[in-house]
Amino acid sequence: MSTLSREENEMVMMSSEESSNDSELELGLGLSLGGGKAKFKPPSPAAATAAGGGSWDQYARILTAKDFRSGVSTKTSSSSSSSSSSVTKANINGSCGTKRTAESPSSPPGLGVTLFVISLILGESGTTLDKISQVVGWPPVRSYRMNSLANNAKSPVTKDFFSTVDKCKSKNIVVDKNNITKEKGVRKTSLFVKVNMDGIPIGRKVDLNAHSCYETLARALDDMFRPSAAVGPRRSNVDEQGVVAGTRQSLQLLDSSSDFVLTYEDKEGDWMLVGDVPWEMFLNSVRRLRIMRTAEANGLGGHDVKIRFELEFERAWKIVLLADVTK
Amino acid sequence: MDPEPKKPEDSPSNSANSHAPVQPPSPFPDEVLEKVLSFIDSHKDRSSVSLVRKDWYNAERWTRSKLFIGNCYSVSPEIVARRFPRIKSITLKGKPRFSDFNMLPRDWGANVHSWLVMFAKVYPFLEELRLKRMTVTDESLELLAKSFSGFKALSLSSCDGFTDIGLKAIASHCRNLTELDIQDSVTEDVGGGWLSCFPENFASLEVLNFASLNSEVSFDDLERLVSRCKSLRVLKVNESITLDQLQRLLVHAPQLLELGTGSFLQELTPRQYEDIESAFSNCKNLQILSGLWEANSLYLPVLYGACAGLTFLNLSDAPLQSGEFAKLLAHCPNLRRLWVVDTVEDKGLEAVGSCCPLLEELRVFPADPYDRHHRDGVTELGFLAVSRGCRNLHYVLYFCRRMTNAAVVTIVQNCPDFTHFRLCIMTPGQPDYLTNDPMDEAFAAVVKTCTKLKRLSVSGLLTDLTFEFIGKYAKNLETLSVAFAGNSDWGMQCVLEGCPKLRKLEIRDSPFGNAALLSGLKKYEMMRSLWMSDCNVTMKGCRLLAREMPRLNVEVIMDEESDESQADKVYVYRSVAGPRRDAPPFVLTL
Repeated sequence: MSTLSREENEMVMMSSEESSNDSELELGLGLSLGGGKAKFKPPSPAAATAAGGGSWDQYARILTAKDFRSGVSTKTSSSSSSSSSSVTKANINGSCGTKRTAESPSSPPGLGVTLFVISLILGESGTTLDKISQVVGWPPVRSYRMNSLANNAKSPVTKDFFSTVDKCKSKNIVVDKNNITKEKGVRKTSLFVKVNMDGIPIGRKVDLNAHSCYETLARALDDMFRPSAAVGPRRSNVDEQGVVAGTRQSLQLLDSSSDFVLTYEDKEGDWMLVGDVPWEMFLNSVRRLRIMRTAEANGLGGHDVKIRFELEFERAWKIVLLADVTK
Repeated sequence: MDPEPKKPEDSPSNSANSHAPVQPPSPFPDEVLEKVLSFIDSHKDRSSVSLVRKDWYNAERWTRSKLFIGNCYSVSPEIVARRFPRIKSITLKGKPRFSDFNMLPRDWGANVHSWLVMFAKVYPFLEELRLKRMTVTDESLELLAKSFSGFKALSLSSCDGFTDIGLKAIASHCRNLTELDIQDSVTEDVGGGWLSCFPENFASLEVLNFASLNSEVSFDDLERLVSRCKSLRVLKVNESITLDQLQRLLVHAPQLLELGTGSFLQELTPRQYEDIESAFSNCKNLQILSGLWEANSLYLPVLYGACAGLTFLNLSDAPLQSGEFAKLLAHCPNLRRLWVVDTVEDKGLEAVGSCCPLLEELRVFPADPYDRHHRDGVTELGFLAVSRGCRNLHYVLYFCRRMTNAAVVTIVQNCPDFTHFRLCIMTPGQPDYLTNDPMDEAFAAVVKTCTKLKRLSVSGLLTDLTFEFIGKYAKNLETLSVAFAGNSDWGMQCVLEGCPKLRKLEIRDSPFGNAALLSGLKKYEMMRSLWMSDCNVTMKGCRLLAREMPRLNVEVIMDEESDESQADKVYVYRSVAGPRRDAPPFVLTL
């Protein structure tokens, strides 16, 4: 597996049709993964910083421990057995909830460009703090209060780059004062569905009712599964292979040129691409989610191209059917 | 009273007192003892009374009418029924507090039904039931409604599991109901039909709170109900009630002590505006005000006439800007308790400092906990301003995005009487933003200066040093909440070996492992509970704890994703009831 330089990766990303010198590259489906085997091992604290691909540190600096403060990562260096805490803590402090992010294969290079650009504009604090939303139960605000505040808070100043979030929220804010609740999405119950990502043995669960649109869901899943380093060293059955500390590249789940595609199984057992139907309809039919890799590390691209094509076909067909129904 | 000579024969000894195996007969008759004891209300005092000697134990149990059970799994309905024959009022608490933040899987437990079945059998004269963090199904509410003819007060705080059906049963069958108080409910769309089920001649209600239920109710039925219930002193409606509807309710109930308004956003005609303004002015007894959804500067002034006597203003559902907030505060000189949203910003808190010299409690909630809109919120400056103006401050809950050690040191110097200090710096592990140091110094100052401190929540970047200080200085600390803090087992050990009055310890995402867990062996039996989630505790450590301490329930909540050896969520509590009989499959009792 060649390690493409960052610049090259970016270029390839931007013009995804181009194939590069790497034979593992998919036809127009983006880059192959760098060194990504689905094996995880808890990295030693040293390894976390020394691993190959150090240049990623620069770009993926959005959420490393260093960005927050000095001296945290160098806490009592306990051995990184499966129950090691210090490295996890370093990352906890650097990016809350990393224990919950999956132990994914090493990062696909260059996919975080858009997110990176946004983070440059915002400064790190923006995206960093956005991570908080994916830590269960933090900040410790009761869920009913969370919902009502989110819908009621006035925002006089919105230098808001995450305009999609606003878009979602405004869908839920109802002007009609006599008609509350359902439209406002206040105090919904949870709708947890399983999410599995290819190559990761342990699935997660996500509460769909905590989201109001595909964008926030994608972001949540991104945070959950985004390939990252030095994560969960306590988990002994997952290995992480030479991944850099604090590497963060967005999965770009809703981006059709991404290496990952978000699919869901609906009530009829069909696998569909997420994002095609109106959100409410999606909520009504989704049973579980799956993040598929469109290009596998060892380059079995052909197989995935086929799956993708099948999905597209299924999706198109279903849309036609649904369009009829919803008329 | 003559001291009785000690009788040589064996008398049943109070098992708690091994130093007096022979008990002399009581110096006064049981009836006298019982009469005296019937004046003792506090359950802590009663607990002490019951430990004196056997006849006091018996007298106490016969005279206790109010039951408080802080952890529903610490005792069983059968044990309670055997010990206390005459209970009229029960408070029962269920899930650990972190369930409020979705950290407990659904169906974890704390279902009240088995308790109700027992109550129905043994306490037919039950009058009051107060539940917190319990699951209450419609079936349970129906059982409740039909089993106790004299039932008066139902309070459900952070409970879930019920719908319109259960509430309908309560409204229809509880003829003597004086209190229906539903706070922070976690239910699905409950439906609003229940309100219409109160019988036409029903007029005994004194407390009605349905603010957190999110369905429309029939306003006509509500209005009729309010006008009938002349003793109504607490009315908290939900967001579906509009301003002009509120006006009509206030006209019927100017005697209210506590009011929770509905939505405060409505286009009013000048006439309507006048009407509501005068309705508020007529509420001369108002002490507590809440609700105010979507209130803004246009309509807040209608309240001013009712604010003179206000002691508690709850704006946690009304994110205000600093200007309108300050104007409102100017009318509330007697505030003791204030809950706000951080949209008021530091400027708003400065107004608090200047307008509210009598303030004792301040809670500042985040409008944007996930920082999606990148607003400022409040900082250390706002907190400082409040501490300078409000020297009686003893309870604070403060969500912020930045804090400094120096500020906290000054704050506790200004207000050394803190009993509850809950500081939440929202980014986990964030240091002092000026010096980049850990926040150890801040919390050291808190525990050193605030000798009366009973409850502490820490946050920010913290090393073991913080916990050393807590263990050493926090002599009155009863509840400690820790998140994303500490370096090693040593920190937690300090707390467990210090803090003589510690009752509840909840820890998440901190590097404390088995050694720390096991260092508290002796302590846990003196505590209500311990919660540890996402720390470094393993199943092995938990099993060891369970083996060493048979009177503790050591429960591990399994996650699908957890690996077999890690104990991701551990809940340890003392219990005389043994292991849970209703544990779901994902709760492992070791």
